Amino acid sequence: MTQAARANDRWIAECQALADGIRRRVLSHTVTHGGYLSQACSSAEVVGFLYGRGMNLGPSEGPLVPPPYSVAPSRGNPGYTSGMLYNGRRAANKDRFFLSPTHYAMTLYAALIESGRLGPDGLSQFNTDGSTVEMIGGEHSPGHETNGGSLGQTISQAAGVAWARRRKGDVGKVWVFLSDGECQEGQVWEAIMNLAFQKLDNIHIVVDNNGQQVDGRTEQVMTLEPLDAKFTAFGAHCLRADGHDLAALDAAFETPHPGKPLVVIADTDPTRGIGLLKERWPNLHYIRFKGEDERARYAEALKAMGD
Amino acid sequence: METVSRVHAKALIDWGKTHPEAVVLSGDLTASCEADGFRDAYPDRFLSMGLAEQNMMGFAAGLAREGLRPLVHTFAVFMYRRALDQIEMSIAYPNLPVCILGFLPGVTTPGGASHQAINDIAVLRSLPNMTIIEAGDATDVESMLEVAGQVEGPVYCRMLRGALPRLFPASHRMRLGQARLLSDGDEMVLLSSGICTEEALRVVDMLRVRGVGLRHLHVSTLKPFDDPQVLDACRGARMGVITMENHTRLGGLGTCVAEMMADHGIAKRQIRLALNDTYLQGASPKFLMARHGIDAAALVRAVEELAGRSLDFDVEDFGTQRTGKYYSDAQQEAL
Repeated sequence: MTQAARANDRWIAECQALADGIRRRVLSHTVTHGGYLSQACSSAEVVGFLYGRGMNLGPSEGPLVPPPYSVAPSRGNPGYTSGMLYNGRRAANKDRFFLSPTHYAMTLYAALIESGRLGPDGLSQFNTDGSTVEMIGGEHSPGHETNGGSLGQTISQAAGVAWARRRKGDVGKVWVFLSDGECQEGQVWEAIMNLAFQKLDNIHIVVDNNGQQVDGRTEQVMTLEPLDAKFTAFGAHCLRADGHDLAALDAAFETPHPGKPLVVIADTDPTRGIGLLKERWPNLHYIRFKGEDERARYAEALKAMGD
Repeated sequence: METVSRVHAKALIDWGKTHPEAVVLSGDLTASCEADGFRDAYPDRFLSMGLAEQNMMGFAAGLAREGLRPLVHTFAVFMYRRALDQIEMSIAYPNLPVCILGFLPGVTTPGGASHQAINDIAVLRSLPNMTIIEAGDATDVESMLEVAGQVEGPVYCRMLRGALPRLFPASHRMRLGQARLLSDGDEMVLLSSGICTEEALRVVDMLRVRGVGLRHLHVSTLKPFDDPQVLDACRGARMGVITMENHTRLGGLGTCVAEMMADHGIAKRQIRLALNDTYLQGASPKFLMARHGIDAAALVRAVEELAGRSLDFDVEDFGTQRTGKYYSDAQQEAL
C-alpha cells in the first residue's frame, strides 16, 4: 500500500513532518554556509521513517546543546562521550543505529532536532572549530557511534554488534544506513556475505539509492545496478522501495526475513523537494554557490517552504 | 635447548577456558595460526571469517563494542597491509580492546614478499592507541594473551608458531614494558627482539670468552617504548649500542632505540642490524638471516666494529643454529 492510500495514518503525518523538517533545516543551513543538501533531499523520508517509526530507541541521553570536542578516545580519558547518547541508552530491547556515510551528518543532526533529541540550536555549532557537530560526523558527533567517513567500514562493525547481541539474547535490532556509492567498496560485500553466512536476521540495512556520488551519476562513475540482485546473490533478503513513500518503506521493513539480513534499497531522488537542484544535476554532492544570485534563489525556495 | 611445539594452540585453549568473553576470529588460516584447537573446544566462540580481512577487522571492533574480547588470527601481512584503514578507523581510533595476532614476522616464512611481514611494527607503531608486543620464544608466546589482556585497547601481537625454543624459564613470564636482562657487561649493549634473540644467544658465550663486556636485553614491548632498563643500559654503554631485529631498519626496534637515545640526549654510536630497506624472496630463515645481515655472524661483525678490534672468530665457534625446526617440510605444507 502506498503512502497516498494510507495518508490518514497518524504516524505517516508525523514521519512526513520529520522529513519536511529535515529538508528545511538543511536547506536553511546550506543557504548560509553551503553543504550536503542533495543527501538530505534523497534521504529525508528514509531518515524520518527511521526516527519516527522504524527504530525502537530510548529517549536521548545527550545534552540538548552538544558538548565541545574534548580529545580522541584513548586510555587516558574514560569520560569520553559518544554521539550514540542521542540515540538513547543501550538496552537489550532497544535498537541501535549506525550511520555509515557520515557526510550525511547534517541530515542526521536535523533529524535529531526534529525529533527533539537535540536542541534547535544544535546546527549553529555545525562545522565550527572545537565543536562535536562536525561536517563529516565522528564518533563523538550527535547520533553517531562510529567514525564512518572512510566509507564501507561501518557495516562490518554493525555486523559484529549484531552477532554479539544475538549471542546475548538481545531482542533489539541493529539498523545500518548505507549510501549507494559506498557499495562500490568491497568491504560492503564482505560484510553482506558474512551476515548471510552467520544467518544474522537482527540487522536491517537501508541503502539511500540516490544515484549520485562525488564525480556525478553513479551509473557513469561505476555502475552498481542491478543492486538488488547483487544483495540477493550475496545472501541477503533484499527489497526495493520508493524511498520517498513512507508506507512503502514501512511495508518493506515489515517483511519477514528469517535467517537472513534484511536490505531495503530505497530508490530516491537527490533533488526531491528542492527542484532548483535539478539545474546543478548531475553534480550534486556538495553545494557551494556559484554566486549571490544562486544563493538568493535558494533563499527564495526556503521562504517558499514556510515554517 | 628445549623446543616446544604448537605453543599458542595450547595457550589459546587455556585462555578460552577461563575467559568466556574471548572470541576467536580467523581469516581462513585457522590451523596455520594454531587456532584450530580453540575452534574445536569452543565452536560457539569461534568465527570463520573467510578471506575477507577488512570485514574481519570491523566485525571484531563491533564485538569489542559489546564487551567481548576478540582475538583476530591471520598472517600479519593480511592485517596491517590489507586492512590498515579498518585497523585504524574501526579499532585503533575508538581504542577498542581487540587483540590482533599477526603470524609470520619477517623471515619466518618461505612464502616470499607477499607473506613476509617486514614492516608491520613500523606501520602499526604509528597508530595512536596501539600497543605492540613481539614474542621471541615459547615462554613469550605462552604469556602473550595474559599480557595483551591487561591492555584496555588494541594490541598487536607479533607471533611465532610451530616448534619454538624455550629460551626463558616457563615460570619467568613476559611482562608488559619490561625487557629481559640476559647477560651483563658495561662495554656495549645488545638489544634484540623476536627470533633475533635466539640467534644472538648463539654467540654471546663466545663473545664473553673473548672479553667483550656485553649487556644483552631481549625486548618484547615495542610500543609503548619506555622501559627504564633499556634507557639505563644505553646510557651506560661505553662503546655503543647494537640493535638486532627481524624487521626493516626503518621504524622497528632500532628506530625505537635511536629515538629514545635522541630524546634523552644520549650520544652513543648505534649499529642497527635489520633488513636493509628491501623486500625479500621466499627462502629459509637461515638463508635470509645470513643474506640480510641479521644472523650471529652479522652480530659478531657489529661487535668488532664497536670494539675496534678483531675477535678472530670462526663460525665453528658459534652455537648450533636451530633453524631446521622453523623450516620443516610440514610447516611449509601448512602455509
